[in-house]
Amino acid sequence: MIRLERRPQASRLWAAATPLVAVALTMVAGSALFGFLGKDPFISIRTIFWDPLFGEFAWYYRGQLLVKAGPLILIAIGLSLGFRAGIWNIGAEGQYIVGAICGAGVGLAFYPAGFWFIFPLMIVAGAIGGFAWAMIPAVLKVWFNTNEILVSLLLVYVAEQLLASVSLGLLRNPDGAGFPGSRNLRQYEAASNAEIIAGTGIHWGVVTALLAVIFAYVLLSRHMLGYQIRLAGASPRAARFAGVRPNLLIVFCLGAGGALAGLAGLFEVSGPSGQISIDFNSGYGFTAIIVAFLGRLHPIGILLAGLLLALTFIGGEAAQANLGLPASAIQAFQGMLLFFLLAVDVLASYRIRLGSPEAA
Amino acid sequence: MDLSVINPAVLAASLMVAATPILLAAIGELVVEKSGVLNLGVEGMMIIGAVSGYAVSVNTGSVFLGFVGAVVGGAMLALVFGVLTQVLLSNQVASGLALTLFGLGLSALIGESYLMVRPPPVGDLSLGPLADIPGLGKMLFRHDVIVYLSLALVGGVWAFLRYSRWGLILRAVGESHDAAHALGYKVIRVRLAAIAFGGACAGLGGAYLSLIRVPQWTEGMTAGAGWIALAIVVFSSWKPVWVLVGAYLFGGVAVLQLNLQAAGVEVPVEYLSMSPYLITILVLIIMSTGRGRSALNAPADLGRPFHAPA
Repeated sequence: MIRLERRPQASRLWAAATPLVAVALTMVAGSALFGFLGKDPFISIRTIFWDPLFGEFAWYYRGQLLVKAGPLILIAIGLSLGFRAGIWNIGAEGQYIVGAICGAGVGLAFYPAGFWFIFPLMIVAGAIGGFAWAMIPAVLKVWFNTNEILVSLLLVYVAEQLLASVSLGLLRNPDGAGFPGSRNLRQYEAASNAEIIAGTGIHWGVVTALLAVIFAYVLLSRHMLGYQIRLAGASPRAARFAGVRPNLLIVFCLGAGGALAGLAGLFEVSGPSGQISIDFNSGYGFTAIIVAFLGRLHPIGILLAGLLLALTFIGGEAAQANLGLPASAIQAFQGMLLFFLLAVDVLASYRIRLGSPEAA
Repeated sequence: MDLSVINPAVLAASLMVAATPILLAAIGELVVEKSGVLNLGVEGMMIIGAVSGYAVSVNTGSVFLGFVGAVVGGAMLALVFGVLTQVLLSNQVASGLALTLFGLGLSALIGESYLMVRPPPVGDLSLGPLADIPGLGKMLFRHDVIVYLSLALVGGVWAFLRYSRWGLILRAVGESHDAAHALGYKVIRVRLAAIAFGGACAGLGGAYLSLIRVPQWTEGMTAGAGWIALAIVVFSSWKPVWVLVGAYLFGGVAVLQLNLQAAGVEVPVEYLSMSPYLITILVLIIMSTGRGRSALNAPADLGRPFHAPA
């Protein structure tokens, strides 16, 4: 009989190895899925994971990699702080949208002036927007003990309606012949988040994402607050005795997650996307949940996981263009990745034993 | 603006239709949570039910088989969650989220070829003379069979949990899995059965959306209904009758805002569309205040993993 035996201490080796095992298993299951869809499994996997990095058009795709990885890493870092402390902010998509609306709104308010401070001001507005949106579940949890999972998620749908409202009304381009959507910020120099080094895909959002990784690493490994976050997640009871104030952690974790998601939204709207429109959000806030878990809630892990998920996005686009693989196949693929990750995670804290338990 | 176009009898009738998918998903989740498991994947199971029910009924031409397909699809996805959390002891919150993300992706993939087709129509149940009662007949007695099935299910779950031996075991497992295990009950099997039942109900609710309420398949068509069902379980403080109240309250808000949109009120459409979500949040706040009745009534072992001592 197969049974699980709890390890006295979680295995560090397996903790590091499980993401790799999960990726490998997902590739196997994914190729079965692609084969089922009538595509050659081997070519599909190569198109998604190999060609964008080393193929003929790699010079184009490599830049796209950082464009997609930037917001994913930024959001996932924020989420991981909360997940570590057992605070589940799953409404990053909404915070991303509100950050973009606030940031773009500030930029468009100055149109067509060319002051140097417009873009920095937009960054601040984006962070504040995301922060404020995340404060709703945080404050409700602190004051009324409301479930933050449900509130933060329900606010995503509210934010989506808000996005539709502003792109049809408040922020609509007055010169846009009545079409929904704002002015294109990329054509407005003072508010544009342009590439810093042309052709690499590095824009201010990517730089901020790297800074966030470093900041989170230092916070978690060197700072008292980071220690309290880890303690609260590992043992809430011990944390209470150690004088950790749970409300402070709730406000900090949700607030930081919201601000980072808001920043991601701002950098996206002023850069790669360019404008506020009804379908501006593209699910980064949800994919970032996968990134956070795949990176084992560790800043460096999240950096790598963000790059991998970004690769599935651009590889998926390539497979869509070259092989006619539906876009939703990649979405299912990413979901599968999280399943396999959670499934093999058991190996880190449990040992698999064969045979029946020995008598004590 | 002309509010006189809103007919209360029609409103009440469409309220029941609007509430049914959420009622089905919520009553299933109630059973799951009563067994001590928190499955946040309701949205994913609903959308899988919606697409599998749609695909089966378009291909076979039978709505009945469609609903069967939805029940099977929802339950199978739920069992993936069950194996992850009960056998492999994964984190329930993360696994539930994974279920939702995977369900949304997979449903979009399956639904790709069904975007432009229409499902076979569903007739309303003929309740003979009852349906001809003026006013009341139109409100209550001219619905499709699933509406009545959902009501019967609420009654059934209530009676099951309150009066049956199996219901008692299920509640015992949810309140204290260690005690239930010590008494010799199979904690994991009970929970797996509850999870499968929850998935079947959510799948049925999803298929009700795609086959009757809308009726059409569009990507991401559940639009948060699964999350609202989760909120309604909290609202009900884990009591089946209150799930019914919550779902119909929500159905009322959803239908009323649609009617107000149609009547052309001054409020912009987007703000009306927000209202069901905002009201759900409001209800959550009221129910959670002061660690009141609601929190006290939650199953004691809700969300805690069970690993049998060897």
